[in-house]
Amino acid sequence: MAYVRFTSHLVRHRPLPGAEAEGATVAQVLAALFSQDDLLRGYVLDDQGRLRKHVNIYLDGRLILDRVRLSDPVMPQSEIYVLQALSGG
Amino acid sequence: MATLWVGTRKGLFRYDETSAGWQAAGPPAFLAQPVTVLLDDPRDGTLYVALAHGHFGCKLHRSDDRGTSWRELKTPAFAASDAPDAPTVEMLWALAAGGRDEPGVIYAGTLPGALFRSENRGESWMICQSLWDRPERQRWFGAGYDHDGIHSILIDPRDSAHIVLGVSVGGVWITRDRGQTWDLGGRGFVADYIPPEQSGDLVMQDPHLMVMSPSNPDRVWCQHHCGIYVSDDGGWSFRECRDVAPSSFGFGVAVHPTDPDRAWFAPARKDEVRIPVDGKLVVTQTRDGGHHFVAHDRGLPQRAAWDLIYRHALVVDSSGERIAMGSTTGSLWVSGDGGSQWHHIDAHLPPIAALSFAP
Repeated sequence: MAYVRFTSHLVRHRPLPGAEAEGATVAQVLAALFSQDDLLRGYVLDDQGRLRKHVNIYLDGRLILDRVRLSDPVMPQSEIYVLQALSGG
Repeated sequence: MATLWVGTRKGLFRYDETSAGWQAAGPPAFLAQPVTVLLDDPRDGTLYVALAHGHFGCKLHRSDDRGTSWRELKTPAFAASDAPDAPTVEMLWALAAGGRDEPGVIYAGTLPGALFRSENRGESWMICQSLWDRPERQRWFGAGYDHDGIHSILIDPRDSAHIVLGVSVGGVWITRDRGQTWDLGGRGFVADYIPPEQSGDLVMQDPHLMVMSPSNPDRVWCQHHCGIYVSDDGGWSFRECRDVAPSSFGFGVAVHPTDPDRAWFAPARKDEVRIPVDGKLVVTQTRDGGHHFVAHDRGLPQRAAWDLIYRHALVVDSSGERIAMGSTTGSLWVSGDGGSQWHHIDAHLPPIAALSFAP
């Protein structure tokens, strides 16, 4: 199971679900968490499922490469960090 | 007791009119979160607040207990698509209550410019596809934002299927069948930011805000990018109000609830500057349908004022006597006598985006 951490900036707005989730890609891991809180999805992804312009996701210490489909592969011990970008104000 | 909601860059503030004047009432809601627009639904007292998080997108919240508690709702959203430039809602720019005959119906206008309708007090939304699919929409463009947007949603109190929209930049759009079909209004507008031979192009018009007279819905007032206009046929055509001192540029407009000839504006030096003319903040008022205007300055700063009044930050209450105005520099004024005398309620608010008197 991948371990997911969210920025505290997001915790202000949504009570966050459990931190561990199954999935072969970043999109699948996040989808498992969004299923626990439908509104959380819109904080991280836009209407089209793309990563929001001013949100960054680090996968095992590196920014993900695919911000459109979030297809970066996830390992069972991966760590995913969802952060706000400073560019967002 | 009168109540005024103040939507700012840093949250939603409430002011109540007391025997000691207007007083802040309680801590702000949504502290540090930018409010873009709000609706106090006169049909059932429901409050709606739209937020625009810098990082996390725009959001919509509803209160069923006059602001004591809030619940987040689903935000209007575009359908998923594989197109590389598929849209996403960037901002909620307008919220409007449906007609008295359709309780629970509310409308939202967005950037990019789309109209959404909810029939269940914001629990779910449907895009108005007929407007989104209009080919003219490809020519809409942003003004002050990256995208075009819908900021004015006027529901005819005589016929809730009759809706008039203001689009920046995209003109005036009118439906008589609750959004099944649309036509362009706005004849008579003149745009000076496009080649002169195209200045009357209906799609290229930039109405900054439009309001419909509740007592005579054929009367529509418009603060346009290029001047003040008034319509006597529900927005199909407009005449320009000329010789408006100190300026006919601005964003906000408010119309008297029972006198369609009476309207207020918050002028600024025109578009490349956008500050009060000569540093003096005034409110202009017409009482005769736009033929003559008076500039009110009593109680407003008359030197070195840099306040700009955004489009949703000049409002009148249901009595027509209380008028409120909020500025980009965080000042809030209220008049209790129809705009002649103004009282400075607060000088240190965050930039003010939207105001609403409780119905």
